[in-house]
Amino acid sequence: MAEEKEKNKYSIIIPTYNERLNIALIVYLIFKHLRDVDFEIIVVDDGSPDGTQEIVKQLQDLYGEDRILLRARAKKLGLGTAYIHGLKHATGDFVVIMDADLSHHPKYLPSFIKKQLETNASIVTGTRYVKGGGVHGWNLMRKLTSRGANVLAHTLLWPGVSDLTGSFRLYKKSVLEDVICSCVSKGYVFQMEMIVRATRKGYHIEEVPITFVDRVFGTSKLGGSEIVEYLKGLVYLLLTT
Amino acid sequence: MKHVVKILSLLLAVSAFWITLLQAAIVPQSHTWLLPIYFVVSLGCYGLLMVGIGIMQFPTCPQESVLLNHDIAEAKDFLSTNGIDIGSVTVLFNTKA
Repeated sequence: MAEEKEKNKYSIIIPTYNERLNIALIVYLIFKHLRDVDFEIIVVDDGSPDGTQEIVKQLQDLYGEDRILLRARAKKLGLGTAYIHGLKHATGDFVVIMDADLSHHPKYLPSFIKKQLETNASIVTGTRYVKGGGVHGWNLMRKLTSRGANVLAHTLLWPGVSDLTGSFRLYKKSVLEDVICSCVSKGYVFQMEMIVRATRKGYHIEEVPITFVDRVFGTSKLGGSEIVEYLKGLVYLLLTT
Repeated sequence: MKHVVKILSLLLAVSAFWITLLQAAIVPQSHTWLLPIYFVVSLGCYGLLMVGIGIMQFPTCPQESVLLNHDIAEAKDFLSTNGIDIGSVTVLFNTKA
């Protein structure tokens, strides 16, 4: 098991936009928690005006250009295309996708890797909604909409996972390449589409509990337009997957 | 097979069973006519129940924001001693329970 672990390489794709401070923190934490693992971090920055790319270059000087890859784009072009762009430069056998804002904590990376090695799963997805996981920073209204959305999605789509909109995932590289080609949605519906399509294609999906600290101080607002987008996304997924 | 086709076939099967019940009149017809309404109402109640249970059992982790603040302090310390200038922007995390 230890030998397999040493032979595998993990590419961590982190899309960024104005994450000058967070990207440095997250890189430090990744290196802290993945000491004996062969990995590379691919930062896909969409032309951040706050100097994110300068910080990444400083991090490259500190940790090595072979460990941190900066693959920037000219402007904000969306999450799905950011992953595709990062994938082109990934040299690992596995790809991890995570957010740059520290809502996804790198300390869970070893548990993702371990779960995949134990089960040989094609996808390991983090779930906030099981025992051992959790969310901090949500008020009752937010929890209500989250839970309501979840029950609705489960009734309509019968997905194989408990957390549909989560975006902290580990994929076998070939699986990500296969699934991402058939996804066209935007935002968090994109994350749902990825996992539902993967379920439909019969890929082996496992879950690990993760904790999620909402980075916005105060409440995370979910407006009426987001709810409409979500419902439209659900109907789209119902009809096309 | 697409998922929606699976659901539609299920609904079709249930409808066929319902119509058969109507024709066969084993159960009084007045009751059989109301079955779809019972079904929809039960589904609604089940959904509300699942939402309620989910909210009551919603896992929270207030200690995580404290741990995260520690991690951030540790990271900032390391980065400044290694010459990475991340400025004096402070990251606020919700430490209220």
